[in-house]
Amino acid sequence: MTAVAAPVNKKKEGRGGAWLSLLAWVIGILFVLPVLWMVLTSFHSEANAAQNPPAVFAPLTLEGYREFFSGGASPWPPLLNSLTASILSTAIVLLLAIPAAYALSIKPVKKWSDVLFFFLSTKMLPVVAGLLPLYLFAQNAGLLDNIWLLIIFYTSMNLPIAVWMMRSFLSEVPVEMLEAASVDGAGLTKTLRSVIAPVVMPGIAATALICFIFSWNELLFARVLTATVAETAPVFLTSFVTSQGLFLAQLCAAAFVVSLPVLVAGFAAQDKLVQGLSLGSVK
Amino acid sequence: MTSVAEEAGTQTEAPKPTPGVAKRASAWARRAPLLPALVFMIIVTQLPFVATLVISFMDWNAYYPDEVGFAGFDNFARVFTDVNMRDAVWTTILLTAGVVLISLVLGLGIALLLDRKFRGRGAVRTMMIAPFLVVPVAAALIWKHALYNPEYGLFNGALTWIWGLFGSDNPPQPDWISNMPLWAVIFSLVWQWTPFMMLILLAGLQGRPLDVIEAARIDGANNWQIFRSMTLPHLRQYLELGALLGSIYIVQNFDAVFTITSGGLGTANLPYTIYQIFYQAHDYGRASAAAVIVVIGTIIIATFALRTVSSLFKEEGRR
Repeated sequence: MTAVAAPVNKKKEGRGGAWLSLLAWVIGILFVLPVLWMVLTSFHSEANAAQNPPAVFAPLTLEGYREFFSGGASPWPPLLNSLTASILSTAIVLLLAIPAAYALSIKPVKKWSDVLFFFLSTKMLPVVAGLLPLYLFAQNAGLLDNIWLLIIFYTSMNLPIAVWMMRSFLSEVPVEMLEAASVDGAGLTKTLRSVIAPVVMPGIAATALICFIFSWNELLFARVLTATVAETAPVFLTSFVTSQGLFLAQLCAAAFVVSLPVLVAGFAAQDKLVQGLSLGSVK
Repeated sequence: MTSVAEEAGTQTEAPKPTPGVAKRASAWARRAPLLPALVFMIIVTQLPFVATLVISFMDWNAYYPDEVGFAGFDNFARVFTDVNMRDAVWTTILLTAGVVLISLVLGLGIALLLDRKFRGRGAVRTMMIAPFLVVPVAAALIWKHALYNPEYGLFNGALTWIWGLFGSDNPPQPDWISNMPLWAVIFSLVWQWTPFMMLILLAGLQGRPLDVIEAARIDGANNWQIFRSMTLPHLRQYLELGALLGSIYIVQNFDAVFTITSGGLGTANLPYTIYQIFYQAHDYGRASAAAVIVVIGTIIIATFALRTVSSLFKEEGRR
C-alpha cells in the first residue's frame, strides 16, 4: 500500500513519462482544490470570501472561526455529542467484534463463513428501512434525543465492518506461531498477549479509526432521532443548508472544524484504509 | 439475506456424530466469543426490519392516530401508483449508476497514473484521498455554497478570472444547481468517491504479476495490448468490488441530496423520499411499504455483491 512496499513498473520513461507525471500532479491538485479552498476561505473575512473573481490573496483573519464558535448557538455541545457517540460506539464495536472475529478465524466455529456473510448482508440492508421502527421504539421507550440510542445504532452500523476487518487481520497471524505457543503450553491469555496482540494491534487501530469516521459522518439517523440535547455535529451543520447572506467564511470554518477529526483519523489510517473499506477483501 | 441468518441460527443445533459432553462443551467454548456480536446484530438489524414489514401492511398515519388498522396491500398499491415514487426510483438509478461509473473510470485512470514511479507520488496519493475524508454533509455544503453558488462560488469566480485574462468583462455565470440539479449532486459525489475507487484499483494494480507482464513486453506486446489483455482482466474483480461497494453506499445516499438540492428539482432519490413520507407526511404505513420495496430491490443487487465478495474471499484460501 505505502510507497515503500509498492512494487512499481521500472521501465524506462522518456518525455511521455514526464507528461504523465505532470498529469497526475494536475489531477491530484484538482481533487484537493475544494478542500484547500475551504481551508483558505475559512481564514478570509466574509466580505473577501464572497468576491467574484475570488480574492485568493486577501488578508487572513480568524473572523469566521470566531463567528462559528461564539456567533450563535454554540457548536461545542454537538461536537461533544459526536465525540461521545463515535468513541463509545467504536469501543463497543471493538469489544464485540474482536472476540467474534477470533471465533471466525483463529478457532473457527462450524459454518463460520455463513456467519461472516450474515454480518455482511446486514450492511446491505438500506438503513432507511430500519429508521421508522427505531424511531417508534425510541418514542415509546422515551429514548428520543438520547445519545445512547445513536451509540447503539452506530454500533450495529459498524459491527459488520469491524468483524470483517478484524477477521482479515487475525488471519494474518501465522498458524505456526499459534501451534508453537500451544506446544510450549501457553494458556489462552498468554497466547493472546504475546502472540496475537503484537500482530493485530495495527489492525485494531485501523478498525477503530474507520468505525470512528463512519459514526462521526452519519447524518440521517442523527437528524431523525435527536433534537436539541443529543444533536451531533453533522446535524448542526445542516443549519447552513439555506444561505444566510454573508456566511461563506463561517460555513467554511464550520465545515473544516467538523471534518478535522475525520481528516486526522483518515490520514492516520491511510495504509489500512483500502483493506478496511473493502472489508478486508483487498490487501 | 434472511436465509443466511436462519442458517446461522440453526447451525447451533447441528447434529453431531458423537455428542460427547466434552465435545459439546468445546463447541460452545468456540461459539461463546461469537454470540454477543451475533445476538446484538440480530436484535438491532433484523427485528426492526420485521417491524417495517408488519407496519407496511397497516393503515397508520401519525396525524390520524384513531385510524390505525390493517390495510392489506393498500400501501403497496399507493407506492406503486405514486408518480413521486416512480421518479425516485429512476433518480436513484441515474444517481447511483452515474456516480459509480464516472468515479470508477476516473479512479481507474488515476490508479494507472499512480502505479508509476515519479517524484511526489506519495504526495499526489495523499491529495487524492483528501476528498474522501471530508465529512459528507460538509462536502455537500462546500459544493453548494463555495463552488456552485452563481454569485460568489469558485466555479463562476474562476470563469470571471479566465475571461478577465482575455480582457472580457462579460463571462458566463451559470446557475449550476438550477441548470443541472442532478449533475450537481452527481459531481459532488464523484469527487468524494473517486478516491475510494482509486484506492481499491491501485491495490489491485499492485497485486499484478509483474514478471508475466515483463515477459509479454519482451515478446513485443505494446502498452495497450498489455492493458487490454493482462491488466484489465486482472482488475476485473477489483472493478466489480469497487462498483458493488460503491453502489451499496451511494444507493443509500441522503446527505448530498438533502444538502445540495433538498430533494427538489427532480433529485429526490429513494432514501430522501422515504424520509419525507415518514418525517414530513408522517405516513408510517406508506413509508414502510416503500422501505420494503427498496429492501427487495437491494436484496437483488446484494446477491450479486455477495457473490463477488465471496469469490474474492475464496481466492484468499481457507484457514
